[in-house]
Amino acid sequence: MSEQHQSVVAIEAVDFHFGQKKIYTNVTIQIPSHGVSVIMGPSGCGKSTLLNLISGRYKPDRGKVRVLGCEVNTLRENDLFQLRRRMGMMFQSSALLTDLSVFENVAFPLRENTDLPEPLIRNLVLMKLEQVGLRGAQDHSPSELSGGMARRVALARATAMDPDLLLFDEPFTGLDPISLGIITKLVREITDALRTTSIVVTHDVEEGLSIADHVFLLGRGTLLASGTPQELLDSNQPEVRQFLHGLPDGPVPFHYPANDYRGQILEHS
Amino acid sequence: MNTANPAVWVQRIGAEAIELVGRLGHATVFLLKSIGHFPSLLRRPSLLTRQIYSVGVLTVSITVVAGAFVGMVLGFQGYYTLIDFSAESSLGLLVALSLTRELGPVLSALLYTGRAGSALTAEIGLMKTTEQLAALEMMAVNPIRRVISPRLLAGIIAVPLLCAMFTLVGILGGYFASVIQLGVDSGVYWSSIADGVDLRLDIMNGMIKSVVFGILVTWIAVFEGYDSYPSAEGISRATTRTVVTASLAILGSDYILTALMFRS
Repeated sequence: MSEQHQSVVAIEAVDFHFGQKKIYTNVTIQIPSHGVSVIMGPSGCGKSTLLNLISGRYKPDRGKVRVLGCEVNTLRENDLFQLRRRMGMMFQSSALLTDLSVFENVAFPLRENTDLPEPLIRNLVLMKLEQVGLRGAQDHSPSELSGGMARRVALARATAMDPDLLLFDEPFTGLDPISLGIITKLVREITDALRTTSIVVTHDVEEGLSIADHVFLLGRGTLLASGTPQELLDSNQPEVRQFLHGLPDGPVPFHYPANDYRGQILEHS
Repeated sequence: MNTANPAVWVQRIGAEAIELVGRLGHATVFLLKSIGHFPSLLRRPSLLTRQIYSVGVLTVSITVVAGAFVGMVLGFQGYYTLIDFSAESSLGLLVALSLTRELGPVLSALLYTGRAGSALTAEIGLMKTTEQLAALEMMAVNPIRRVISPRLLAGIIAVPLLCAMFTLVGILGGYFASVIQLGVDSGVYWSSIADGVDLRLDIMNGMIKSVVFGILVTWIAVFEGYDSYPSAEGISRATTRTVVTASLAILGSDYILTALMFRS
C-alpha cells in the first residue's frame, strides 16, 4: 500500500468512558495520511477526547489507537514523548506559556527537543512567525495578544518541528470574522505546504467543510457518517442533515431527557 | 441514604480512608518522579535559579520583618519573666535557643507557606486550567521535569536559608529589645549565646527541621497545584488545601522531630 493511502491514525473498536459517562462505544475511524480531516459533532460528543486518545493523553478502555505506525495505548512514557515530537497540537485556549514571549513560545519546542544552534533556531522561528503574519509581534508577551493573534502564535508553535501530524482543537471558536478567515486559510495552507496530515476538531460547519478533504461526524458515542464534504452535504441521513443544517430538533432532541412534564408541574399544585 | 445506619458510616469512613491512602500514594509517586528529575537541573541551572528567586528571594522581606518582630517580642517577654529570678543574664540564650530550635524553623516555614506555597499551587493550577501543562506534554516536554522539579528543589534550598535569616534577624531583634531598650548588658547578651548554643544540638537540628519543612511544604504546594481541578473554584480549593495541610504538616512534623532530637 502506498504511503498516500495509508491511515496515519487508525482507531479500532475503541470504548472509552470519562468518570461515569460513556463517551465512545466501539468506535472505528481511519484517518488518511496527507490533507485535512475534520472531526465534527455536537458539543459534548467527545471530539476533543478523540484528540486526547490520538495524542496518548487518554487511554481507551478497549480497542487500539494506532498513530504514525505506533500503538499509542501501549507505549511507555519515553516512547510516547518520542512520538509526540512528530506531532503538533493547537489548543482551543492557545495554551501559550505565559512567562515567555511570542518568539520564545515558538522557539520552545525547538530548544527542548533539538540541539540546533541558536542562529538556526532564530531563523526557523522568524520563518514560522512570518508564515502566520506575526513576525512583528515577536517580542510581545502572550497577555498583549488578541485571541486571534494568540491562536496564530499557537499555530506557529505547533508547526515549529515540521510535524507529520497536526492536531487542532476547536481552532475556529470565539474568533472575529477576520481572524476566523485567517486561521481557516492558514490551516489549509500550512497543511499543504508541509505536506502533512491535519486533524481538525470543530463544530463550525462552514469553516470545517471549506477546508476539509475528509469529514467524520461523531454523535451518540459513535461515528455517524464519514466522507468528503460534498458526500456529507448530499446525505439524507437524519443525524447528518440535522447537524450540517443546524436544525433545532431531530435525532438530537431539543429537550434533555426529563420526567413527565405535566406530572412534574402538577406534583406540588 | 440512611445516615443513622452504622453500616453507612462504616462504609463512608472506609471509602474516605481508601481515597486518602490512594491520594497519598499518588502524591508519593509524584514526589519520587520529581526528585528523579533533579539531576537534569544541573544541565539547566537557569530553571532552578529563576525559581529560587521566585520562591526564596521574594519571601526574604516578610521573613526579615517577621523575624525582627518575633525576636523583639521574645526579648521583652523573656526579660520580664527572667528579671523576677534575677536571671536576665540568660536572656540572650533564651532568645537564641527559642529561635534556633523552634521559632526560626517553624515560623519561617509558615511564612513560606503563606507567601510562596500558595503562589506555587495557584501558578501550577492556572497552568493546568489554561492547558499549558497539556501543551508541554504535547511538545514532548515532561511537565514534571520542566515545571515541578525546579520548584520543588528551589523550595528545599530556599526554606533553610530563610530559616537562617529569620533566626539571625530574630537574635538581632532580641538584642535591640533587651540591650538597647531594656538595658541588659551587651557583652552578657552575646556571651550567653556563645556559651549556651550548641552547633550540633541546636543549630544543626534547627536546620534539619527547616529542610524537612521545606520538602513537606513545597511537595504539598506543587502536588495540590498539579492535582487541582482545572477551574477557578478548583484552584481556590487547592490553594486553601495547601495552606491548611502544609501548616498542619509543619506543626505535626515539628512535634515528631523535636521528640526525636531533644529526647535526651
